[in-house]
Amino acid sequence: MPSELETAKDPEKLDRIVIEPLTRVEGHGKVTLLQDENLQIKQARLHIAEFRGFEKFIQGRPYWELPVLVQRLCGICPVSHHLAAAKATDMIVGAMQLTPTAEKIRRLMHYGQTLQSHALHFFHLCSPDLLFGYDDDVRHRNIVGVIEDSPEIARQGVMLRKYGQEVIRVTSGKRVHGTGAIPGGINKSLSREEIDYLKTDIDQVIDWAQQAVVLIRRIFFEHYDYHINFASIDSSMMSMVREDGAYEIYHGGLRARDRNGRDIFNHVDYRNYSDYIKEGVKNWSYMKFPFITSLGQEDGWYRVGSLARVNNCDFFSTERAEAERVEFRAISDGLPVQSTLAYHWARLIELLHCAEAIRELLDDSDLGGSELVNKGEMQLHGTGVIEAPRGTLFHHYEIDENSLVTRASLIVSTTNNNQAMNESIRRVATQYLDGQQLTEALLNQVEVAIRAYDPCLSCATHAMGKMPLQIDLVNKDNALIDRLEKNASGKIKRRL
Amino acid sequence: MSATVTFLLDGKAIPFQDGDTVMDAALRAGEYIPHLCHNPEFTPHGSCRVCIVEVNGRHYSACTLPAAENMNVDNSSEAIMAKRRSLLQMLFVEGNHICPACEKSGACQLQAVAYYTRMLSPHFPHFFPRRSIDATHPDIIFYHNRCILCGLCERASRDVDGKNVFTISGRGMNSRVIFNSDSGKLGDSELSISDRAASICPVGAILPKSKGYQVPIGQRLYDTRPISLVGDSNIRRNDKT
Repeated sequence: MPSELETAKDPEKLDRIVIEPLTRVEGHGKVTLLQDENLQIKQARLHIAEFRGFEKFIQGRPYWELPVLVQRLCGICPVSHHLAAAKATDMIVGAMQLTPTAEKIRRLMHYGQTLQSHALHFFHLCSPDLLFGYDDDVRHRNIVGVIEDSPEIARQGVMLRKYGQEVIRVTSGKRVHGTGAIPGGINKSLSREEIDYLKTDIDQVIDWAQQAVVLIRRIFFEHYDYHINFASIDSSMMSMVREDGAYEIYHGGLRARDRNGRDIFNHVDYRNYSDYIKEGVKNWSYMKFPFITSLGQEDGWYRVGSLARVNNCDFFSTERAEAERVEFRAISDGLPVQSTLAYHWARLIELLHCAEAIRELLDDSDLGGSELVNKGEMQLHGTGVIEAPRGTLFHHYEIDENSLVTRASLIVSTTNNNQAMNESIRRVATQYLDGQQLTEALLNQVEVAIRAYDPCLSCATHAMGKMPLQIDLVNKDNALIDRLEKNASGKIKRRL
Repeated sequence: MSATVTFLLDGKAIPFQDGDTVMDAALRAGEYIPHLCHNPEFTPHGSCRVCIVEVNGRHYSACTLPAAENMNVDNSSEAIMAKRRSLLQMLFVEGNHICPACEKSGACQLQAVAYYTRMLSPHFPHFFPRRSIDATHPDIIFYHNRCILCGLCERASRDVDGKNVFTISGRGMNSRVIFNSDSGKLGDSELSISDRAASICPVGAILPKSKGYQVPIGQRLYDTRPISLVGDSNIRRNDKT
């Protein structure tokens, strides 16, 4: 059930505190808190302040544009959208199976982007909170402070991200918004020189990744109770897993487990995702609220992303990451780790796995293969699902007989975590804010909770019906002259 | 054997033959004059004006200007380049040229000429016209958004393919390419994927279906060398070899 802090009874009687903009997250969002005269928080909501229209404006475009066009949703992990859309268009062109070269190049690209995205999130965005504390001087609590106080940590973060970006560049042509994946495969394999180039630094990258896991583990255990309890919520979790239960981020079945680690569904063919996941709406948010259909909208919310993936998988296929997973899962005696701040720990285990997986792939001769594309009988719809750095990402398209998109539905990773992020900030509100005169440091706790999810707010909101709008006309003395309101159904009314 | 006659292009002597335009002689001599509606394979059109040059204080389109002995042609001064940039900027804002997602990017003449002339921004407000896509043909797609009305498809269809599939209809802002079929749809026309008209488009308006992005970044026509060294300005030089 959603927390009682979702909606206050008499909001007009409460003081309103707004955290805007949310800092050190991708995209634009805000948090509103309503506080009564006894300083008790009565309502806490995460709002997305921006608006995107991808589902709408790709209608009428040809399907082969989708992997390149839709990745423009994001500049941080565009490869996720690039590959999810490419997987959907694989279905459209009847490529039921990719060539080994195509699948491995795409995997390499995806490992590279997950590595760079996780490095960006941990080192650039979140390490200031974790290294210096949420209440550190705000002028110091940033990446520049990290560079000044811990230059080697900062350097490793920058270099890890750089390596991931280089993997993306080599496989897709550009560090951001490349064109490597096309319907049915890829447009280039790797040359010997490119493979040797990526091999040059990979051992160093693995060492840095291992050090990053050691760092987050040390931080976690130094203030164990705080990290375990902070913004902690019990939730179901959903992720992709390989057929044998191994950790998987490119292609596999869907697994959802409840708060006790019991299967809700397992190895679900993602093409049937709409039988298992639905999206709800709330009148105060442009971001949808997905839920597991069998549990209903009230109880069916869940978490995705690194925490869900490391909890849900049975093992990692790479040695170092698997050792770290075992240690991670040991803190909860076999139950899912529910600590929100454990997202960071899980994320860095994933970063280590991606580095190890890249090294394995770079020894695979298929990377230099010449069979790049498979095609079969055309279909009029396609679904692509992938584990993006921030969680499970769904792309679903329908086209007409002329190859133009007629319908698109995207469930973006961060959207899956919408309810969970709201629940986490409500938990922070009751844990740390109730009864307090709010300060910047206390309010940063709210942001720390949101940052743990690594939300990409720009990805997470897209066209949904008509956008409510209010236009005020004021004179030079700031007096209201006229007001037009457009409601959610698109009707316009004059209010004055 | 008659003596070689020449004119000056940016101070350099360019030999020419009877009937040559300034563009013909310049391209044959390996000198690039930016152009869009011109293609050495076809009769000059003189419509895009991007090949504007200055001769004795007057402006001409090089693709239609007959070469004359001792003519002194300014092709590269900053003043001429500025005029070309303005023409290109107007073309960019008049249509919907969204390079980041366009499959022609990297091999688009409009984009390449814009780079060559150092156009850094559209400068003018975008018109954002609402234009359609005709995807009714099984092999070819037509994006009215990207059409610059160069007329090359019309000339290629008429002069090479002998089909007259395309023509330009309307006036001013309402000008657009229309298709010769009873329904007005490209799919009902005689156009074939093997027609010259299907591959002549200098921008991303006429494209083969389902082929987008198959050429990797780094291997596209203008990725590593400017349009002055590759592309149709080299056709005659290649033909000569």
